[in-house]
Amino acid sequence: MNRYPLWKYALLLVALLIGLVYTLPNLFGEAPAVQVSSAKVTVKVDAALSSRIEQALKDAGIQPDFVQLEGNSVRARFTDPDVQIKAKDAISKALNADPAEPTYIVALNLVSRSPKWLASLHAFPMYLGLDLRGGVHFLMQVDMKAALTKKAEALTGDLRTLLRDKGIRHAGISRDGNSVIVNFREAELRDKAAVLLREQLADVEWTPLGAGSELQLSGALKPKAMVAVQEAALRQNITTLHNRVNELAVSEPVIQQQGLDRVVVQLPGVQDTAKAKDIIGRTATLELRMVDDSTEAQAAAVGSAPVPFGTERFTERGGAPLIVKRQVVLTGDNLSDAQPGFDEHQQPAVHLTVDAKGARIIKDVSRENIGKRMAIILFEKGKGEVLTAPSIRGELGNRFQISGAMTTQEAADTALLLRAGSLAAPMTIIEERTIGPSLGKENIDKGIHSVIWGFAAVALFMCLYYMLFGVFSTLALGFNLLLLVAVLSMLQATLSLPGIAAIALVLGMAIDSNVLINERVREELRGGASPQVAINAGYERAFATILDSNVTTLIAGIALLAFGSGPVKGFAVVHCLGILTSMFSSVMFSRALVNLWYGGKKKLKSVSIGQVWKPAAEPGTTDAPQA
Amino acid sequence: MELFRIKRDIPFMKHALVFNAISFLTFAAAVFFLITRGLHFSIEFTGGAVVEVEYSHPAEILKTREHIESLGFGEVQVQNFGTSRDVLIRLPLRGDIKQDVLVDRVFGELCKVEGGSISQRQGVTEQGETVSKQICAKADGAEPVKLSRSEVVGPSVGAELAADAAKALAVTVVGIMIYLAFRFEWKFALAGIIANLHDVVIILGFFAFFQWEFSLPVLAAVLAVLGYSVNESVVIFDRVREAFRKYRKLTTHEVIDHAITSTMSRTIITHGCTQLMVLSMLIFGGQTLHYFAVALTIGILFGIYSSVFVAAAIAMWLGVKREDLVKVPLNKEDPDDPNAGALV
Repeated sequence: MNRYPLWKYALLLVALLIGLVYTLPNLFGEAPAVQVSSAKVTVKVDAALSSRIEQALKDAGIQPDFVQLEGNSVRARFTDPDVQIKAKDAISKALNADPAEPTYIVALNLVSRSPKWLASLHAFPMYLGLDLRGGVHFLMQVDMKAALTKKAEALTGDLRTLLRDKGIRHAGISRDGNSVIVNFREAELRDKAAVLLREQLADVEWTPLGAGSELQLSGALKPKAMVAVQEAALRQNITTLHNRVNELAVSEPVIQQQGLDRVVVQLPGVQDTAKAKDIIGRTATLELRMVDDSTEAQAAAVGSAPVPFGTERFTERGGAPLIVKRQVVLTGDNLSDAQPGFDEHQQPAVHLTVDAKGARIIKDVSRENIGKRMAIILFEKGKGEVLTAPSIRGELGNRFQISGAMTTQEAADTALLLRAGSLAAPMTIIEERTIGPSLGKENIDKGIHSVIWGFAAVALFMCLYYMLFGVFSTLALGFNLLLLVAVLSMLQATLSLPGIAAIALVLGMAIDSNVLINERVREELRGGASPQVAINAGYERAFATILDSNVTTLIAGIALLAFGSGPVKGFAVVHCLGILTSMFSSVMFSRALVNLWYGGKKKLKSVSIGQVWKPAAEPGTTDAPQA
Repeated sequence: MELFRIKRDIPFMKHALVFNAISFLTFAAAVFFLITRGLHFSIEFTGGAVVEVEYSHPAEILKTREHIESLGFGEVQVQNFGTSRDVLIRLPLRGDIKQDVLVDRVFGELCKVEGGSISQRQGVTEQGETVSKQICAKADGAEPVKLSRSEVVGPSVGAELAADAAKALAVTVVGIMIYLAFRFEWKFALAGIIANLHDVVIILGFFAFFQWEFSLPVLAAVLAVLGYSVNESVVIFDRVREAFRKYRKLTTHEVIDHAITSTMSRTIITHGCTQLMVLSMLIFGGQTLHYFAVALTIGILFGIYSSVFVAAAIAMWLGVKREDLVKVPLNKEDPDDPNAGALV
């Protein structure tokens, strides 16, 4: 009865192998490296760049360990930090012709020393948190002036719609800095407009200006509204940063407001500053605007005439210039989702979904402009590029797509950026720091020591107390540790000090399952069962209890995971995973060992599970007097 | 090796009332200290000040810590930040001292240690703005220590954290109750959760009484205890159910006694092992894990106690019966019975 089928052993062996392979990279440590990634969505990182970097290093007389293309970046590994810094300068000089506007982000990084064959199996070491290895720290300045300008721009659009709806004729609307100016020919109309605007746009202070037939209404945001706009901008930026940082898969990021216009971003465990800067620094916003196809505009596009008033010149992807109206139909703010996919011609496309307000605008605009072209402009770092400018063929709903000259990768990148949300105001990194690893080194040693000594103490006790069964339990516990580290490495989780504490705690708790089993086996033996029966019954009966107690622990773990933040979340991830691996290892693995050892023996007289003391009385007979 | 030679079931439930009274008293004491003393929250919850200074030479962290501690601002954290010359000092928010004053005093002390004096210096930035800043200068004009940044962590983040913690606690309690009610019976669910919250409140009570710092890792430990301590109750409840099935003649009282007695050795060994791990954390884990391990230690100790004297006893007071747990199978033996399965 205590025999496992071959497939179960095979399964365990596979689990053991996978555990070993994915745990292994954590043991190699890290080497200094330089990482190059793209500063713009439109610039591709590929094998060609890799060879350019190799060439640049060769020209500078620097010998890298290797240069390899990995995902969206090229990494070059070096033997020591001095070479690393020299290499960074050399690569930066070779790749970025204009330092003010870099095409590539060149950053110092750490790369695992693990051999290439492990990396090719996607076996990478765990990330370590800010407390264990340091991390990056950014201080970002939000450009509040731009937020106000943007608000004024939006106000101009609202004003136009409002006056048109009420049938008040005006002689043009313009924006002067942060204020909006409406021109009128008649005083009567101006007064009428002033009443309407004061009522409808209460946030704006309206002042009548001018005399005679040159009458104006000048609107400026009230100070209170200005503060509100700035606060909203900061809040939105923080939310957007959260989204972007999430795309970096950092488990314990810190994103906090500092002062009135600054945001602190801390990314523990991220030595990958290049990627962090890249994702965080991107200010990709989407705007939908109508294309101006008038003859003047076409002339302006080829450069033979000035750009008409109220329009702007952009370059379409592929190079052709295009004249686009300044008035924005829709911005990324109204976007509720963006997913990469394919259009009806199987070309890569980005599928967009807009909110109710956006849907209404899109519907109206598309109905009124059938046959005309609408440009979809992606703004990155303040520069716009027309992704595509398709003709409107019919009324559009809340779902539509952008396709055009895009690769699958570009579609995915664009979708990611759009999904991550747009910034209400541009931000610049004004302070960047890497938190020193010395403190982290100390913490990591402490954490590892607690796990090792705790493990040793538990193992020693188990072996002494349960003899051979204790050895099996210890092996199962070791297997659990291996699996847990492997799973954490596979998930590329960020390990923090509370995470290590969770590993220690999980090991302490995991032994519970084995104690339950061993005690059960002893109890069965005490009750007079034969060894084989006792082993079987011990495992079978303990299982229900193990399941129950682990499920309740898991409930607490999941709640922590759902609502925790920072270190609590780091703790919860390890805690939850540890419970799952411990159930597998303590039940399946230890049973497999027991079966392997005892299962084949037909005439089993005794098992090595420590002393089994048999009481004279049956349990439950409390009222019977005992000697 | 064999540690437990329990000859007969220990009559735990006979003394349940006494122990319940004791646990009620400890509980009440914990609540009392929580109310009167309150928890000593870390700056993650309360906000606080961060002062960053840059030395002209590699900083001596230990010395700096001593000097700042002598100012009496409570728990200070001093660590390197970036390079060996940059030092980051964290100070808790103090209601009685204004934040900027606090920063000034810290900087003043550091400056004094380096043998310099504080003065104001006017300067013009690259952008052309005139700024006045505090510098620490020695007689020869050298600046041994520069204040590179001071920052205040507002309390709003803490409010958010507290709200999240409350949510996590609520979800855990409800989740565990639903599971226990589904797997056992509502009486056990109620008993289990009361025992559980009893442990949590007592941990908090210890933190309030000794004014230990309640940080995020401690919060994690407390919530982990919530999941951990219920294990104990579950193991006993499991045995109670089994004993009800197995020993039909025993009274509820005796069944519970038997369940506790027969799981006793497992209870002690399991908790002993977990405690070994936690002890190792307490010894080797350093300052950061200290209170985390302390919270777990209290949780483990009270976890054993509460599942025996609180969970089992409450389940007993609530009147757990054999019928609650042992469902009598109806007509299962006779497949030809026309009424089989026709349950209303």
